[in-house]
Amino acid sequence: MEFWHFCEQSMHPAWEKIDGPTKVLVDNRFCEPEVAHKLYNRYLDEWMIADQLGFNIFVNEHHASANCMSASCLLTLAILARQTKNARLLCLGVPVTNRTDPYRVAEELAMIDVISGGRLEIGLVKASPFELAMSNQSPARIMDRYWEAHDFIVKALTHQGAPFSWEGEFYNYRNVNVWPRPYQQPMPPMWITASGPTTGRKIAQLGYVMATFFNGAGTKPLYDAYKDEYRKTHGRPAPIDRFAYLAMVVCGRNEAEVLERVKKVKPYLEVQPRTPKAWSNPPGYENVEMNARALNSGVTGRINFGLPANPSLADMAEGGILFAGTPDQLYEQMVKFSDRCGGIGRMLMLSQAGYLSHDETVDTMQLFAAEVAPRLREYARLKNEEIVQAAE
Amino acid sequence: MFITPLPETKIVAGQQVELLIRGEGQNLLFLHAGHGFEPDDPLVAALSRHYRVYAPSHPGFGASDRPDHLNSVEDLVFFYLDLIEQFDLRDLIVVGVSFGGWLAAELATRGTGRIAKLVLIDAVGVKFSGRETRDIVDIFATTIEQIPGLFFHDEQIGMRQFGGLDFKAMSLASTTRFARNRESILLFGWSPTLYNPKLLRRLYRVHVPVLVLWGADDQIVATSYGKQYAAAFEHGVYREVAGAGHYGYLEKPAEFAAAVTEFLATKSPVEV
Repeated sequence: MEFWHFCEQSMHPAWEKIDGPTKVLVDNRFCEPEVAHKLYNRYLDEWMIADQLGFNIFVNEHHASANCMSASCLLTLAILARQTKNARLLCLGVPVTNRTDPYRVAEELAMIDVISGGRLEIGLVKASPFELAMSNQSPARIMDRYWEAHDFIVKALTHQGAPFSWEGEFYNYRNVNVWPRPYQQPMPPMWITASGPTTGRKIAQLGYVMATFFNGAGTKPLYDAYKDEYRKTHGRPAPIDRFAYLAMVVCGRNEAEVLERVKKVKPYLEVQPRTPKAWSNPPGYENVEMNARALNSGVTGRINFGLPANPSLADMAEGGILFAGTPDQLYEQMVKFSDRCGGIGRMLMLSQAGYLSHDETVDTMQLFAAEVAPRLREYARLKNEEIVQAAE
Repeated sequence: MFITPLPETKIVAGQQVELLIRGEGQNLLFLHAGHGFEPDDPLVAALSRHYRVYAPSHPGFGASDRPDHLNSVEDLVFFYLDLIEQFDLRDLIVVGVSFGGWLAAELATRGTGRIAKLVLIDAVGVKFSGRETRDIVDIFATTIEQIPGLFFHDEQIGMRQFGGLDFKAMSLASTTRFARNRESILLFGWSPTLYNPKLLRRLYRVHVPVLVLWGADDQIVATSYGKQYAAAFEHGVYREVAGAGHYGYLEKPAEFAAAVTEFLATKSPVEV
């Protein structure tokens, strides 16, 4: 198993002052520049420590959000490309449907890959529904736009020789000529996020890494669809490193320490979903059939991350939302959840969330790196062997 | 405004369109608002007593097809040019409500050879104010629950028009119509939000009489916008109906129908 340190770069000191939505409409006076300056640098320091501890690095972006001040995942990665030494650098991802210019996305990706000496991992995402308010890009036909941007970026990064032109439905370029070419040839590894089996199958056909976030019980059907489609397309079983999962992770030496840290990260679960209702699912973001069924059934998405009311720590671990415990407990929780999903190869760890301090975050990472990671690596290695042997 | 399908289906410009054709007399094309319309629409009913009314669901609305290549207001305008030619409609009255009013104005700027008169009811489509002032409320930043209060003067009437927003009690076919309408109005009107920056400077091409009819309590586009719209036409007149919102024609159907039929029955000085 590989481990990816993730943090949303939140403006958590302002949370208690914010009443109502934490994104889109939230007053930007809550974002004090001096506080933001300290926080950005703190979060970057934590990624640099993660690098030293053997973690890989995962960054994201959101817009107009008190929960995530990273306005560009590629800006964050550009800094880390220079400042870190070993970690793989994952943007998950570039919200290409928000970007008017995928050519520039390709150039920036290539530059990060070259500066880092080939450590870039590319994630292209659909963008969150509420981000379209800021980017002003249309929710209608968003996936058609996504796939054209994807196809363009892949071609722009892999093309060699004379410039090419692109006259698509959504993007037009007369002279595509990406300098530099990526360090990793033909191109850096690709990731896509999914929550449902239809997207999962498409990702399997492409053979990309599939990541899913806080997906709980939805994970196994998603992974199963990927495995089925991967085998059909590629004629062999999908290796375990194709499967990534994001959850919150809290580690402590004893129960008291664990509970203290859980108390600090839990507000994330309350603050993160506070989206203005009008922007939670603009028309077009999901297809008509899905929206019509949701209206008809009255069910408009997972409430409370799919958890019961007042979830216990065990509920949260079993639901794949928060793994919290001593190193032994964490190992057990993660193995159990991974087994239930059919094997997770890449654990994306939201190890800094809420009010967890720098020292506590670093301590969690150190404990995990020393006492949990080696055992989980061995678990995943054996699990992958099982997969390969079962195929033979 | 969206629950019941229209009775007829025809192929227009190669695609399937549902529509309502009712009444006898001078041809009249009714272009509905972004939330669609019902077969028993009171304005359509009133107009069909004097005119032959053609009332289709726009491509992408109701059960009318919307192929991927049809993705702009200009495409809809070409679709309606085709429809007018296919049905050989001449001496045509075009009546449009809200988004349908935008389509009506666009259509007329393409040439009024076949068009006799134009009626725009609480129409969108043009931009008057400066870059930091919206003329039209950003309906895409509002929730479904806000519709009755925002689009109607009397929220209770709005609730009835939207089936009490009780989607669970509706058929999947009806919620599908609602979801299609919402997606399509967004596709066509997302940004610039419900207007074409070019349209205002093209309105001079409309040489026929135009009635601009407004709900006095329209919260989506103010009466001042309606007055400017009317003034932008060579032969535009402005009227308003009290106690009516953006979809006021459903709140005061008799008053709206009377204003329209009176305008249509009056011989304008430009008609020879």
